[in-house]
Amino acid sequence: MQADAELEVSIDIPEHRKLQVTQGTPDRIFRYIITTGAYFSLAVLAMIAGFLLYRGFQIFSDFGLGFITGAKWDAGSGDETAPAVFGVAAMLVGSLVIAIMAIAIALPFAVISALFLEYYAPLAIRRFLISILDLVAAIPSVIYGIWGYAILMPHVVGWSKSLNSWFGWFPLFDVPAPIFDRSPFVAGVLLALMVLPITTSVAREVYSQAPRDQIDAAYGLGATKWGALRTVVLPFGKSGLIGGAMLGLGRALGETIAVYLVLNLVFKINLQVLASAGGNVASMIATRFGEAGPYELRALMAAGLVLFLLTLVVNALATLIVNRSKVQ
Amino acid sequence: MNETIATDRTKRNADNLELSGKGGLEARDLHAWFGTHHALADVSLHFPERTVTGLIGPSGCGKSTFLRLLNRMHEFIPKSAMAGEVLFNGDDIYAPGVNPTEIRKRIGMVFQKPNPFPAMTIGENVLAGVKLAKIKVENKDDLMEESLTRAGLWKEVRDRLNAAGGSLSGGQQQRLCIARALAMKPEALLLDEPCSALDPISTLRVEETIVQLSETMTIVIVTHNMQQAARVSDYCAFFLSNGGPGRLVEADLTNNIFNNPRDSRTADYVQGRFG
Ligand SMILES: Nc1ncnc2c1ncn2[C@@H]1O[C@H](COP(=O)(O)OP(=O)(O)O)[C@@H](O)[C@H]1O
Ligand SMILES: [Mg+2]
Repeated sequence: MQADAELEVSIDIPEHRKLQVTQGTPDRIFRYIITTGAYFSLAVLAMIAGFLLYRGFQIFSDFGLGFITGAKWDAGSGDETAPAVFGVAAMLVGSLVIAIMAIAIALPFAVISALFLEYYAPLAIRRFLISILDLVAAIPSVIYGIWGYAILMPHVVGWSKSLNSWFGWFPLFDVPAPIFDRSPFVAGVLLALMVLPITTSVAREVYSQAPRDQIDAAYGLGATKWGALRTVVLPFGKSGLIGGAMLGLGRALGETIAVYLVLNLVFKINLQVLASAGGNVASMIATRFGEAGPYELRALMAAGLVLFLLTLVVNALATLIVNRSKVQ
Repeated sequence: MNETIATDRTKRNADNLELSGKGGLEARDLHAWFGTHHALADVSLHFPERTVTGLIGPSGCGKSTFLRLLNRMHEFIPKSAMAGEVLFNGDDIYAPGVNPTEIRKRIGMVFQKPNPFPAMTIGENVLAGVKLAKIKVENKDDLMEESLTRAGLWKEVRDRLNAAGGSLSGGQQQRLCIARALAMKPEALLLDEPCSALDPISTLRVEETIVQLSETMTIVIVTHNMQQAARVSDYCAFFLSNGGPGRLVEADLTNNIFNNPRDSRTADYVQGRFG
């Protein structure tokens, strides 16, 4: 130790060398294209946000935070007697409630389907099932909406009734009046079906990457198949699964037409998910857009900006969660 | 029981290899396929109780395949098939009604690449098998210490049992995998090139561990390292494939395989003339 210390004193510590890498022309061109592309998509995002902010700015200055916290949305009569009041709180809460419900319902099914496809389905039908999954993911949402309204809703109404009669004591499952159609729950179930394919697809992709040598290790210890999946595949797929769920959540947050078809638009914060009242930002914008006057149009732009920011926040959170669970 | 076996490796009788059904593991007319590819043909080999047998031969001659047939790991590969029998203490492990997971609990396996479970701590890794099999353990700490001690790792990790399994060096990870297998109290242990990813010092540690373990269990080890085969094994079996399925060329006392092989191809291989 002593010798080391003496040594250190006598050594001149040199400057860090500056390393220069000369890139070949193809490398430079490629780099240029890639960089431009990346900045371009960022610029488009910024421009959308800027546009929405520009068009909706007057709303933010007129209503301030009230635009976020207020639930009332009324274009008024255009004169002093009934001034316009705009607030997106109800729709914002609705967006979150519906999307979270959708993911909560879809996730267990997605995990089970993905595990089945990757580890249980016979080889002969696996390819076929996977292509079906991709096909289902590509069904336009208006089809889901119509089907949800005509076919799914009567069933969900039945489930809602049972839920309400068994768990009505729980505030979320209480209703002010025994009307169960066009409720956030119906929308949530429909959206769950809509995000199921993409979430399953991502989960399957992640599970298929689970390291074979660790699965072998589990089997070598006398694990059953389920034991091996539980010890190796599920922990391995955790962060990827969260990613898939967030992808689904993104889709559910922005879903417009299907929600429009199966949900009763009411501008009141409603946490009673079985009650026939609710809405989300996207479908509200679609509903009001056609008949909005110039001032309400600005309010819709502002609502769009809020939805845009909400989606960004959710995605940022997702990235955070994924990174956090990767470290462990 | 048989003191000479534990103390003097050279005195064991090569005839043991042909004696069958007494105990330990025995392969009878084993074949293996991957789809239509016939990977292993007609291997009969006896691993007497509480001995170490080294499996040697060039890459691709079916050593791993053979090893994986011995604890029913082969059947996890899609479209794989097998023929023949594997007797474990006299009973065919492929007989109808035999539960393969029970077999794998009794015949442990250590793989070429160290594969601790990364989401678990060192301690959890050791007890992973016990937990998976829902085996009731009186004292988990004792079992953990005992297994790690037998794997020669206890002193190095006793103060950080709660660290992640992946935080160990490669050699330590491999010994952790051995400890994990030992915690199941297996009657036999199969090791597939357990030292191929390890540095020389870790390799010696693992070899010492293997020699110690052979006092209580039957050990089969695949190795590409001739010195290693010479150091740890009582018997050696030489496999070879000449383009077709891998076959057993000869099996004998390790001493004979290295100094006095019956087959000229064995002599060529152990003297490094091919493979
Ligand atoms: N999972 C597999 N699928 C198809 N063929 C395999 C597989 N594993 C091994 N084989 C084939 O079986 C033969 C024996 O392989 P292996 O037992 O791994 O040899 P060794 O361990 O002696 O190097 C080789 O021809 C190899 O290509
Ligand atoms: Mg091998």
